[in-house]
Amino acid sequence: MILNERRDVTAVADDHNASSPLSIHDMTVAYHRRPVLWDIDYAAPEGSLIGIVGPNGAGKSTMIKACLDLVPRASGSVRFHGGTYRAQRRSVGYVPQRESVDWDFPASALDVVAMGCYGRIPWCWPVRRKDREAAREALDRVGMVDYADRQISKLSGGQQQRVFLARALVQDARTYLMDEPFAGVDAATEAAIVTLLRTLRDGGKTVLVVHHDLQTVPEYFDHVVLLNMRIVAAGATAEVFTPENLQKTYGGRLTLLDKAAHVMASGGRR
Amino acid sequence: MTEFFSAVLEHSFLRLAVLMTLLAGVACGIVGTYVVTRRITYIAGAVAHCVLGGMGVERYFQAIYGWEHTHPIIGATVAALIAAIIIGLVTLKAKQREDTVISAVWAIGMAVGVLFIAKTPGYQTDLQSYLFGNILLVSPAEITMVALLDAIVLTLVLLFYKQFQAVCFDEEFARLRGIHVEMYYLLLLAMTALAVVLLVYVVGIVMVIALLTLPAAIAAMFARKLWHTMTGAAILATLFSLGGLAISYEPDLPAGATTIVLAGVTYITVAILTSLSTRRHQPG
Repeated sequence: MILNERRDVTAVADDHNASSPLSIHDMTVAYHRRPVLWDIDYAAPEGSLIGIVGPNGAGKSTMIKACLDLVPRASGSVRFHGGTYRAQRRSVGYVPQRESVDWDFPASALDVVAMGCYGRIPWCWPVRRKDREAAREALDRVGMVDYADRQISKLSGGQQQRVFLARALVQDARTYLMDEPFAGVDAATEAAIVTLLRTLRDGGKTVLVVHHDLQTVPEYFDHVVLLNMRIVAAGATAEVFTPENLQKTYGGRLTLLDKAAHVMASGGRR
Repeated sequence: MTEFFSAVLEHSFLRLAVLMTLLAGVACGIVGTYVVTRRITYIAGAVAHCVLGGMGVERYFQAIYGWEHTHPIIGATVAALIAAIIIGLVTLKAKQREDTVISAVWAIGMAVGVLFIAKTPGYQTDLQSYLFGNILLVSPAEITMVALLDAIVLTLVLLFYKQFQAVCFDEEFARLRGIHVEMYYLLLLAMTALAVVLLVYVVGIVMVIALLTLPAAIAAMFARKLWHTMTGAAILATLFSLGGLAISYEPDLPAGATTIVLAGVTYITVAILTSLSTRRHQPG
C-alpha cells in the first residue's frame, strides 16, 4: 500500500533533485523521541503554487520549519535550488503564522517589512533609504502602502498578514514557504493574497503554502502535498486531490467529504 | 519643592544626584524598552538581586583584606554580567524550567550578598542603601563609572539597533535572515546587566525592575517605533527619578521609593485612561 502511495510522489530519487527549488530527502523529525514527520521525500516542481494539506498535528508547519533548519531533523537532508538553506538563504522567503509574534511591539508596518532586507544590509549599518523604498514597494504590492507608518497593533488581522507577506516579498526570493497565510483573514485579504500568489507563480517563483481549507484547494493550488506524518500523496491537484487520498490523509476525522465518498473509501480499506 | 531647587544650587551632593538621574534615565529608556518588548523583566530582576552578591563580596574583601582601590560598583558589574550570562545560556540551551533557573539565580545572588555583608565588620548600614538605593550618597567616582556604562550601552545600541530590533520582534525570522540570534540575545542581557547596576544607585536592588520597565511600558502605549519608545522611556525615567528626588527632599522621604510610587501611579493612571478611551472609540 505504501508503494502505491509513493507512485504519486513527484521525484523519489536516492539523491537530491538539483533542479528542484525544494528537494527533501529521507527527512524524519521527532519531538522528545516521538516522530512528527516520518521519512519525507519530496521535490517541489519549479514555478508552481503548492498547497500542503493535512489534519491538525500532521506536521505541516514542522515540515516547513525543518526545511529551514528552525527545527532539528533526526535524519535526512534538504536542498533549496541544489544548496543547503544556509547557502541559499537569500533565495528562500518565509512567512510565519501570524500568531508567532507579539503585535504590540512598537514598530510601524514599514519597520517590519524592512526587516526582510536585514540579510543584505552591512552588519552595523542602519536601514538605508533604498531599503525603505523597497519596503514601501512591497507594501504597495499587498495594497498596504497607506498603512506604512501605522503601528502594527493598530492593523486588522488581515492587514497584519499582508505586512508579513510584504516582509517576505521585499527579499525578492525565488522560493517562498508560507505557514497558513489564509488563517483568520477577511475575504478582501484572502482575495488579495490569492492574486499575489498567482502573480508570484506567473513570475516563475515557487510558492509552498500550508493550507487549512480543503474546499479552496482545487481553486488555489496547481500542486498539492497531502501530509499526515508521512506524505500520503503529492502531485498535480487534479490527480492527487481525490476523495480516496483525502480519506487516507484524514482518516475518520474528515467531515467535509460527502457521505458517498466516505462510505466508498472506508469500504475499500483493508 | 521650591526648597529643593534652591537646595540643588546650594549643595553639590544634590547636583550629583540630579546628574545621576539624567545618566540613569538614558540607559533606563534604551534597555528598558528591550526588556519590555523582549519580555525579560524577570531576568532583569534576577540580575539586580545578584548585584547584592557582587557588592557584598567586594565589600568583604575591601574590609578584610584591605583592597583599597576597588569599589563596590566593580563587584556589582561583574556579578550582574555573570548572572546575565548564566541565565542567558540556560534559557538558550535548556528551554524547560527557565523560570526555576531564573528564581534560583535570583535567590542565590541575594543570599551570597547577605552572607558576605553579615561577615563584613561595620558595613551593616550599607545593606539598606543597596537594597533601597540612596541617590543622595552618590560620589563623583560613581558618576564617572555610570557615565562609562552609559557610553557602552549607547554604542552597542547605535551599532546593532536593527539586530536587536529583529531579535526582540521575531527571533525565528531574525535567525532565517542570518542574524546570530544567540550572540545578540546574550549581548542584550549583558546590556541589561549594565543598566541594572546603574539603576541600583538610583532606586536600589529591590525596585530596579519597576524603574526599568514602567517608563518603557508607558512609552510603548503611544510609540509607533522602537526608538520613539526608547526616547519616551528615557525622558519618563529621568522625570520619575528627578520627581522622586524633589518630592522626597522636603519631607525627608526615601527618594528611591518615592520615585517608584510616582512611576507606578503614572503607569496605572495611563493604563486605565487608555483602556477607557479605546473602549469609547470601539462601541459594542
